[in-house]
Amino acid sequence: MSKEHKNRYHIADRLSDGASEKSASNSGAPVATLSGRPLLSNRGIPLNLDWVKQVRANTSAVERRAQTHVARRTVKKEWQAAWHLRAISCMDLTTLSGDDTEDRVRRLCAKARQPIQQELLAQLQIEELEIKVAAVCVYHRFVETAVRALAGSGVRVAAVSTGFPAGLSPVQERVAEIRRSVEAGADEIDIVITRAHVFGGRWQELYDEIAEFKQTCGQRHMKAILGAGDLLTLRNVARAGFVAMMAGADFIKTSTGKESTNATLPVGFVMTRAIREYAQETGMAVGFKPAGGIRTAKQSTEWLALMKEELGTPWMKADLFRFGASGLLNDIERQLEHYVTGRYSAGYRHPIA
Amino acid sequence: MSIAEKFLTMEYGPAPEDTKDALFWLDRHQRRFGHFIDGAWRQPVEGVFFDSSDPSSGEKIATVAQGSAADVDAAVQAARNALPKWQALTPHARARYLYALARAVQRHSRRLAVLETIDNGKPIRESRDIDIPLVARHFYHHAGWAQLLEVEFPGYAACGVVGQIIPWNFPLLMLAWKIAPALATGNTVVLKPAEFTPLTALAFAELCQEVGLPAGVVNIVTGDGSTGEALVKHAGVDKIAFTGSTEVGRAIRGATAKSHKRLSLELGGKSPFVVFEDADLDSAVEGLVDGIWLNQGQVCCAGSRLLMQESIAETLMQKIRDRMGTLRVGSPLDKAVDIGAIVAQVQLDRIHRLVEEGIAEGATCWQPQMEMPSRGLYFPPTLLSNVHPTSVVAQQEIFGPVLAAMTFRTPTEAVELANNTVYGLAACVWSESINVALQVAAQIKAGVVWVNCTNLFDASCGFGGYRESGYGREGGREGLLEYLDLSWFKRAPVLPAAERAPSESTTGEQRIDAAIDRTVKLYIGGKQARPDSGYSFEVRGQQGQLLGEAPLGNRKDIRNAVEAARKAASWAKATAHNRAQVLYYMAENLSLRQEEIARRLAPVVGESQAAREVAASIERIFSYAAWADKFDGAVHNPPSRMIAIAMNEPIGTVGIICPNESPLLGLLSLVLPVLAVGNTAVVVPSQTYPLIVGDLYQVLDTSDLPGGAVNIVTGQTSELLKTLAEHDDLDAIWCFSDESSVAAAKAFSVGNLKQVFTNEGRAIDWFDATQGEGRWFLRHATQVKNIWVPYGE
Repeated sequence: MSKEHKNRYHIADRLSDGASEKSASNSGAPVATLSGRPLLSNRGIPLNLDWVKQVRANTSAVERRAQTHVARRTVKKEWQAAWHLRAISCMDLTTLSGDDTEDRVRRLCAKARQPIQQELLAQLQIEELEIKVAAVCVYHRFVETAVRALAGSGVRVAAVSTGFPAGLSPVQERVAEIRRSVEAGADEIDIVITRAHVFGGRWQELYDEIAEFKQTCGQRHMKAILGAGDLLTLRNVARAGFVAMMAGADFIKTSTGKESTNATLPVGFVMTRAIREYAQETGMAVGFKPAGGIRTAKQSTEWLALMKEELGTPWMKADLFRFGASGLLNDIERQLEHYVTGRYSAGYRHPIA
Repeated sequence: MSIAEKFLTMEYGPAPEDTKDALFWLDRHQRRFGHFIDGAWRQPVEGVFFDSSDPSSGEKIATVAQGSAADVDAAVQAARNALPKWQALTPHARARYLYALARAVQRHSRRLAVLETIDNGKPIRESRDIDIPLVARHFYHHAGWAQLLEVEFPGYAACGVVGQIIPWNFPLLMLAWKIAPALATGNTVVLKPAEFTPLTALAFAELCQEVGLPAGVVNIVTGDGSTGEALVKHAGVDKIAFTGSTEVGRAIRGATAKSHKRLSLELGGKSPFVVFEDADLDSAVEGLVDGIWLNQGQVCCAGSRLLMQESIAETLMQKIRDRMGTLRVGSPLDKAVDIGAIVAQVQLDRIHRLVEEGIAEGATCWQPQMEMPSRGLYFPPTLLSNVHPTSVVAQQEIFGPVLAAMTFRTPTEAVELANNTVYGLAACVWSESINVALQVAAQIKAGVVWVNCTNLFDASCGFGGYRESGYGREGGREGLLEYLDLSWFKRAPVLPAAERAPSESTTGEQRIDAAIDRTVKLYIGGKQARPDSGYSFEVRGQQGQLLGEAPLGNRKDIRNAVEAARKAASWAKATAHNRAQVLYYMAENLSLRQEEIARRLAPVVGESQAAREVAASIERIFSYAAWADKFDGAVHNPPSRMIAIAMNEPIGTVGIICPNESPLLGLLSLVLPVLAVGNTAVVVPSQTYPLIVGDLYQVLDTSDLPGGAVNIVTGQTSELLKTLAEHDDLDAIWCFSDESSVAAAKAFSVGNLKQVFTNEGRAIDWFDATQGEGRWFLRHATQVKNIWVPYGE
């Protein structure tokens, strides 16, 4: 398959020399296809500095793409309802506040199990889909609470880690934090990268750090938060994204939600294009998680359409796509009710998280 | 299909635009439209109508009038009658009308967008988000120009009645590009929309009524090519503005040659889309989506020739194919469709034919697997690779969603390939290096160059082409000048017809002033040259006395002169400061010979004029030496984060037919502006006193002017004029002579549609600096290139 694709860096060719036994034992079945090509899950590649350095992202052009994207694609009526449900199923329902408590987390977990009220499910005739959110995302302190609250639900528990949101605590502590969360039962670990390494062009250090995090995560899914709002330039975002993927990240995630700007569509385009190029070069699939600032149902369909356009339908499922969101669910519930009744809905009509 | 199933497939589903209001509007007019003449709907005189149909379904939408010569005549009369009152209004009053039109377009924006889409087949996203907002923007911007007209354009007057013919690819936008500047400058208008797409023009006519625009200021006559022809040929029209095919543009140039109609032509293109290895390739691919896949590729400036640097060609092609697979072809009324319907069967047939020719020539054709609508006129996005400069698909304008891909090795080769076309409308350059991008942008022969962007338009920026892509600009200050005449020039008297045919010297008469025998030669490539013919002709003074013999140049001498001018690239590359220095030096050297030249000129123009003429010539040289580094371009302000640089570029090589009245001053008044901005010239001196060449080359030779920058061929003006005007390697012809010579220059120039600048057979007072020098000349010696450079990191 890789022979058909004439790639710039011949990564797949190189990988197949040394890594073939490893891949036979380790990676298993394809997790996605891209342009008809089957992809395995990401196991990382050696840091390729040539690739990182040639990354280009023309800000104005990417912004123009983002502007026209929202006008080029839209979904209506029952398609819109289906897309809204899909957004729920890809949601990492999140609470990351200083005032979080165990009860608050339990409430969130209850909502995660039952994101849409029963009556609405019946009216939409979608009980069979057993819609629930993909994961609940909390600080390490609440991992055990969440694991208990979600037992048997199929909803996963994600822990933000490595000194979230700044990621500036000593490296041993950050690694230890991952280990503790894994031991506490977290299914997924959202790590933050050291943005300073990006500014300083210390790609090797960035790579080593992320690779160590991934190793500590073991089989747990690791999402690498790039801190796009801090990195500021799209080129920085793309470069950091490539390094994170090379270091073995299962997902790359836009931001912490604590930056002044978080998940924007231009950032989304740059990161999904990086994922696509990485897949084409390596034959491995990396997921994407925009987080922060996604609050409306309309935004959720814009993001899903972005995934469909840039990467295809495999990236419209929770395996490879997540929304990091807290307020989004309520707006989607209101839109779904509007679809059913034809009347605009109110927030208080839906149970809060 | 249930929601649950849709949840699994995640298809987009249909998203149709509501057509109710547009259909209601059509029904309100009984779906039958006459012409809009003198502020009212008029039935066509000959009672003939034709149908306008929806290309996405083939269904008839409405019936419109077929304009006859009588209809055109009525419209021109109405425009003529409306002219005095319209021009008597204050600029502010005209500005109010343009402002009202802008607002009216915005108020009815969705109706106009829907009408455009059902008439033309373009996706509603484009008509809604691109066409109609740009229409409103154009009227806003020109409301501003109307307001500022007297302050910003003193000494100018409107052309008068303007005939405008627009194409079907951006129907209402092209109407706006035509009507807004015409009205802002105080002209009245007869506009003929394209046969395939008349509806939005008719809807616009109703807006003119709604805002109370005075009757006759805007007249809309619908019809086919014969209606357009009647408009072009109508004697009551002062200017023709045309956007359409190069073929028709050429016919219009020919048809108007014998008239004094001003002409602006916006014609075809085969625009290069150049991608360097350091470009953001994914964004370049999106640039192609906005380029060749905008409006089904039916865009005169579409980036239809993809030039890729070899090192990234494979990668880029893969990205393009991937992206093509996600384009959605379908009902243009669907809000989530990228590619709608082709405007008419004849266009679809043409696309099929050209693609088949391309494949037959060896091109590899790739089209994505996609669902195509079962009826209507559609063509899938298409990528042709293995294309070479010799291929039909690399040379001819396909006007469809078809991209022809080629590779290059170096920036130099990219420029060479980019310029390897008879067109010169637009170009795209993709590179993250500002050095590469601007270097290439400066070298590509095109009126618009988009750096890291595609198909951006704005009312404040000139749009128009080099070479066979036409002449004139639309938009911005440069576009307004197309609708304005210099007031003094409009009033200038007509010159008497010049006498013809110099006689070959046969008499044995003795020349005056013959101390040592003096043989005047041609001046080609910086050297004195004998004429190819081996003949000379007599030159006589006012009293008929023999002054000497001038070489009788012929077409071969012109050929040699043009070749020499083409080779004199060093002059174009010289800095403006260098050029100024050379010109000053010319003045110095002319002043050294002031008395002797005046003495030789005296028998031709009289003693008093001779002295004045040489003195004025020295002064004129000073003027253009001064201008050389001051004829600046501009930086426009389009409404987004970018700069649009309007550069005044030399036109290239200019053929000049010099006026008879002032043999030295007239010649210099034309040659100097051409030289000052970096052109090279082939000059035919006045037939009355061609011997001036003998004095001139002495001056030029001693002034460090590079050989070939100026070439002088004497001889029979009419013969040399024809050869020059027909020469395909000349970029412009300047003819300042009597009416019949001017008409010949225009008529013979149709081959390569070179720029034509004339005195329209009128007398110019070369001694008056307001007439004989300055911006009017410099503007015609240059072309404006708009380079769009978005920025941001």
